[in-house]
Amino acid sequence: MLDADFFRRWMAAATASVNREAERLTALDSPIGDADHGSNLQRGFTAVATALEKEAPETPGAILVLAGRQLISTVGGASGPLYGTLLRRTGKALGDAPEVSEAQLAEALRAGVDGVMALGGAAPGDKTMIDALVPAVDALGDGFAAARAAAEEGAVATTPLQARKGRASYLGARSIGHQDPGATSSALLIAGLEEAAAGAGG
Amino acid sequence: MSDEKVVGIVLVSHSAEVAASVAELAKGLAGGAPAVPVATAGGVEGGGLGTSAELICAAAASVDRGAGIAVLTDLGSAVLTVKTLIAEGDELPDGTRLVDAPFVEGAVAAVVTAAAGADLDAVEAAATEAYGYRKV
Repeated sequence: MLDADFFRRWMAAATASVNREAERLTALDSPIGDADHGSNLQRGFTAVATALEKEAPETPGAILVLAGRQLISTVGGASGPLYGTLLRRTGKALGDAPEVSEAQLAEALRAGVDGVMALGGAAPGDKTMIDALVPAVDALGDGFAAARAAAEEGAVATTPLQARKGRASYLGARSIGHQDPGATSSALLIAGLEEAAAGAGG
Repeated sequence: MSDEKVVGIVLVSHSAEVAASVAELAKGLAGGAPAVPVATAGGVEGGGLGTSAELICAAAASVDRGAGIAVLTDLGSAVLTVKTLIAEGDELPDGTRLVDAPFVEGAVAAVVTAAAGADLDAVEAAATEAYGYRKV
């Protein structure tokens, strides 16, 4: 079972990897976006870490709801409402259980990803974070390592795609050949699950 | 027209200057505009381009007269943030609506219509109809 400490470690691992990879995310966002994805997420996850220290929610659901609210408030770009919706919907789907199973997390995360698709109108293949998140959720039944691998493969597989959503879609065919920054940061978020399970990040 | 009945307008742009200028333009072109509460949420707190959920919530609260609020946005994160705040339910005043409209033309149409004492449905319809105005 996954307790509140697991979800704290997940958010801590995500914060650490966003900090570590901020420059790479921004570099990916330079040719096809507005070159702020890394710094935006860094600001958002720093706020998540601060809020979780200050408010100390006691259930997995409450932790994700609070984290999502911070991302919506502080990111300043489209990734804020998108990741905020992902975490809030997932948190709300988990309810107020003190511990959840991996299967319950997989189901809740599916609800979160559905929320992101409804908000942004993106489908798989549109060269967005959905291209990492959907395969990750599909693989979650086989464990966190499988989910991480699927998300990373999904992110890499966005490279030959033409963007159909967001700022990059204005570039048309010129978006081809660049890995999507949102899919890349989504893979970092999913990788954090494996790190949290290993006890890291806390 | 009583002040309590008037629809509020919120203009959300990635840029504080764009939001403020569009508000000024819309109010300048609308007769009776002083009666319409118009607030802007431009850029991020502390300056810079982007979208601030806090500024949007503050703007919406400041124009709430109980007759609904029409929110017009430019693009990208402005749209997604307003949609998210509305979907979460408890962030914005009751009767807050994201209006699907071109930002400048929609803002003018919304303020003019609200100034005439129209309700939120009519304000939304007028702003949305601005998409149909062909320039060529």
